[in-house]
Amino acid sequence: MIRTEEMILNVGPQHPSTHGVFRLVVKIDGEIITEAKPVIGYLHRGTEKLAEDLQYTQIIPYTDRMDYLSSMTNNYILCHAVETMMGIEVPERADFLRVIAMELNRVASHLVAWGTYILDLGATSPFIYAFRDREMIINMLNELSGARLTFNYMRVGGVKWDAPEGWIEKVRDFVPYMRGQLKGFHDLVSGNEIFLDRVKGIGRYTKEDAINYSLSGPNLRCTGVKWDLRKDEPYSIYNRFEFDVPTSEEGDCLARYHLRLAEIEQSLNILEQAVAQFPGEGPILAKVPKIIKAPKGEAFVRIESPRGEIGCYIASDGKKEPYRLKFRRPSFYNLQILPKLLKGENIANMIAILGAIDIVLGEVDG
Amino acid sequence: MIEELLQSSPGWANFGIFFLLGAVLLLIVLGFVTYGILAERKVLGYMQLRHGPNQVGGKWGLLQTVADVLKLLLKEDIIPKAADKPLFIIAPAIAFAPSFMVLATMPFTDKFQFADIGVGLLYYIAVSGLTVFGMVLGGWASNNKYALLGGMRAAAQMISYEIPLVMSVLGVILLTGSLNLNEIVTHQEHGWFILLQPIGFIVFFIASIAELNRTPFDLPESENELVAGYHVEYSGFRWAFFMLAEYVYLFAMSALITVVFLGGWLAPFGFLDFIPGAVWFALKFSVVVFIYIWLRATLPRFRADRLMEFGWKVLLPIALANIFLTALLKSLFF
Repeated sequence: MIRTEEMILNVGPQHPSTHGVFRLVVKIDGEIITEAKPVIGYLHRGTEKLAEDLQYTQIIPYTDRMDYLSSMTNNYILCHAVETMMGIEVPERADFLRVIAMELNRVASHLVAWGTYILDLGATSPFIYAFRDREMIINMLNELSGARLTFNYMRVGGVKWDAPEGWIEKVRDFVPYMRGQLKGFHDLVSGNEIFLDRVKGIGRYTKEDAINYSLSGPNLRCTGVKWDLRKDEPYSIYNRFEFDVPTSEEGDCLARYHLRLAEIEQSLNILEQAVAQFPGEGPILAKVPKIIKAPKGEAFVRIESPRGEIGCYIASDGKKEPYRLKFRRPSFYNLQILPKLLKGENIANMIAILGAIDIVLGEVDG
Repeated sequence: MIEELLQSSPGWANFGIFFLLGAVLLLIVLGFVTYGILAERKVLGYMQLRHGPNQVGGKWGLLQTVADVLKLLLKEDIIPKAADKPLFIIAPAIAFAPSFMVLATMPFTDKFQFADIGVGLLYYIAVSGLTVFGMVLGGWASNNKYALLGGMRAAAQMISYEIPLVMSVLGVILLTGSLNLNEIVTHQEHGWFILLQPIGFIVFFIASIAELNRTPFDLPESENELVAGYHVEYSGFRWAFFMLAEYVYLFAMSALITVVFLGGWLAPFGFLDFIPGAVWFALKFSVVVFIYIWLRATLPRFRADRLMEFGWKVLLPIALANIFLTALLKSLFF
């Protein structure tokens, strides 16, 4: 007599397609998943607890290591929170440098998301093309901050370093180059029948689900919700630039894939305008006290990172260190919908769905 | 020459000659595997903005594969505790032996062929089908869940794609009226079968990629889902045997496509006859291998269930229609 049996498969913590140390315990019937349970915490470093013993400037390097693919936005959220509490006015030139750095970082982050997603689906070459272009951005940010990944670039009240000679021109030249490359990416992958077969209609969820699960970023916008904090709650100097918020109605993996490429395009638009309006002279750091002490009270700020809404809550009792620091880390929230999406899918789709959410484990585990 | 030797009475002389010829073929095949792997890595490298191997053996990395094989042979032989030991040991050999057996019937030139048997094509397909046993056994014996899934996928895929593979080549057999590979080549003097059987060729080529387990049909060992599929627990020279089988099949399948569809050792035009057949064979063969590598650099991977659908619902009906069409045309015009 033939008898079938459910099997428990441990995907990860070491697995090529979990993008880090992420473990997924799946119950499979043949290749069909009946239940999936994500297990996280392998990269937990206790950033929030550590921050309680650190001065505000000392916390900035720790934020680099949360979402290590877009450290600039993480730097910014902490500085932004402290500045909001202390009421510091950031000089214009510093604001421009911040926006250029953040948008370059957003492009780099989405390039990694794009490349690794196609790699997860089995094509090896596009990944390397994406990393070639990312390398150019990393080199530019390296010139700016002295680091390739963990930039530690922003400070409360401004930025640490001014742009080196000729750097703004490099960014200006990069924008048209990257537009050309984007077209090439679309030609190479977006119309491929095998690729479409793998992602079209896969991992679909509705607008209500997305809101109930508190998704943000491309994961939210792929269901048709037009919500981008750069537009809806402008911070820094984003209200000076014209750009669109691309959305899609489908809510599947293909929509998320297209949104990320469309967002690169919008970031390039912002970069183009920012470079054109870049002020020739000016200070890069506001006048801040030597020892930064946030006034007694609390504050919550949120901005748009490449992965979604990143928030920072600070409770201060007026000392050099925060009393309590809390980050709303978008990858962690975006991951929560995974068990619901995986039910009834097969193993190959599991990889496609997980990849399309685009998590960074450093951020999930905090 | 070989025909005469086969007819002659057995003795040390023809034993020696056969042994020598076998050794020559072995060296050719192993040479291909060594440099086929290097070519694949080089071509993939240049397509992916890398250099590929460039340290061992000069700037072309000519000794890279040799060094890799040496490393694999010297590695510790690991057999997992929970594995089914006899099956685990025998599986690589089962996967690997048929890959050399199929080469016996391959006519590389009009003179260089070991066994000119009447049903050469059938022999090739039948024997190459045995390899899947090695994969399933390897996946099962490893006692690893990923390996098991990979082995099951291998079985499903190989069986499903063998059918369109055979069906697509039936058109060629209808036109030649023979399963003998020599006769198939000599029939192509006035036109290669890639021109006479374009549909058959396309189906055959797609099915052959699936048979070879290469991208976009590399599901049994899909790295991103099943880590390494059926050979996830294998290491050292046992793993090398699986890889060797894979590349010998690449050699054999490219040779078969050259023979069946690209006119074997024949020159494309009559006036180019002065160039020896072996050169033509090598040229056509290299083009086929290059296309396999090219596809690997370009395409993403199929999904397991879509792969099955594609084989049964698309390739098989097309192959059957091709047989019908060929039969119709043949009875009307020939």
